Amino acid sequence: MSDHLLSTKGFTRDRAVALLDVAEDMADTQRRQVKKLPTLRGTTIVNLFFEDSTRTRISFEAAAKRLSADVITFSAKGSSVSKGESLQDTAQTLQAMGADGIVIRHSSSGAAHTLATSGWTRAGVVNAGDGTHEHPTQALLDAFTIRKRRHGDDSRGRDLDGLRVVIVGDILHSRVARSNVWLLTALGASVHLVAPPTLLPTHTEGWPVTTGIDLDAAVDDGPDAVMMLRVQRERMTEAFFPTAKEYASLYGLSVARADRLPATSLVMHPGPMNRGLEIAGAVADSPRSTVLEQVQNGIGVRMAVLYDVLAGDRAA
Amino acid sequence: MTLRTLLQADDVRRAITRMAHELVEHDPDAERLVLLGIPTRGAVLAQRLAAQMTRIAGREVPAGVLDTTLYRDDLAGQPTRPTRRTEIPVDLDGATVVLVDDVLYSGRTVRAALDAVTAFGRPAVVRLAVLVDRGHRELPIRPDSVGRNLPSAKTERVRVTLTEVDGDDAVTIEGGEQ
Repeated sequence: MSDHLLSTKGFTRDRAVALLDVAEDMADTQRRQVKKLPTLRGTTIVNLFFEDSTRTRISFEAAAKRLSADVITFSAKGSSVSKGESLQDTAQTLQAMGADGIVIRHSSSGAAHTLATSGWTRAGVVNAGDGTHEHPTQALLDAFTIRKRRHGDDSRGRDLDGLRVVIVGDILHSRVARSNVWLLTALGASVHLVAPPTLLPTHTEGWPVTTGIDLDAAVDDGPDAVMMLRVQRERMTEAFFPTAKEYASLYGLSVARADRLPATSLVMHPGPMNRGLEIAGAVADSPRSTVLEQVQNGIGVRMAVLYDVLAGDRAA
Repeated sequence: MTLRTLLQADDVRRAITRMAHELVEHDPDAERLVLLGIPTRGAVLAQRLAAQMTRIAGREVPAGVLDTTLYRDDLAGQPTRPTRRTEIPVDLDGATVVLVDDVLYSGRTVRAALDAVTAFGRPAVVRLAVLVDRGHRELPIRPDSVGRNLPSAKTERVRVTLTEVDGDDAVTIEGGEQ
């Protein structure tokens, strides 16, 4: 269906639903006696991680292996990248080694797009997070998780029409938020962004969202899901809020706030969590929390993405 | 391009009834008989066969759906195929499994189905039932029950339509003679 997965921007409802439906089928295969599928046998996938990420890397690795692909993991630390090798040289080396697919995480926004369009490699490229730009597979697994909680075994073919999702926290630096904005709205959900004024992007006019700075008002509005973002200290070179304590009290999902949500509202977090900062430990561990389901669903969703990008005929 | 109808609705129904009898007679002592249809039309056929076999055998013959997409060996070189939901109604370990499809051609779908079945367990026996066998096998695969043998040219296109999906029951053949 597609040559690369770089972004959820431009996804149609039908494309998103089709991909989530394949993810349902992939998740089902993981309940079989033999979980390994022969689908990508003979395909080589390189996990190219220029930025630390344990869970996304492991999730992609598990997904690729369940599809019988050969997986090579390339972490920037300890590689020639630390000796100054450029993305171009790395990509050309991987091309020469016969990589069919490249899963890339990079601290620069647009790195995945550059890799896919540069002509350095003919491999199918999957964006596993680029700077503050996009993290499309995270958004897909979030949408999958919401749909699964809503509709259970009856999820196939359905979108998220009419659901209201609040995304809270460091929107400014969050590629998870951006990918979710495009994907969730393509699926018919409405998205409300809540953040301190310093952590809201200044130009959200083109975004199909509403924004606010008041978490209590957003909670009392009774959303279907509240997605808490991690406070990304590593991307914060300036002081975006006075103290962690103040952030937690104004923008943290405390037990008291979570208790005011409707009984069916979900609490989501892409991980890793700063317990006690953006989310209270007791809320993260409560029945309405989908944190572990998100991790589990990530494998099926990534299997679907790798299948979509790598199984069929490639244009290049 | 010409379109000829080879089996009318009555022919299709008679063929299915005969196959149901044949399959029951084939495994009269099978305690755990289960039909697995390959989407889309094989799954419909499996439902119909199972209903008739339940009546003939006097005991419940369950039917499920087995998607073979992820086990195919010909995924490359064509657009990505959508997957379909697999539904296995019973434990397949030790069961007598009958794979059901509408048209048997190269045999590659059946080969993939054999792989898919073994992901669920180790059946005692696996059989194959098809409504139409049009020949041109590329693999050593042979059906146990056939509704109708229809020798065809490779350039022709054999199409099974079923009421549940297509609105009517028929087998048609298209093209071939330039």
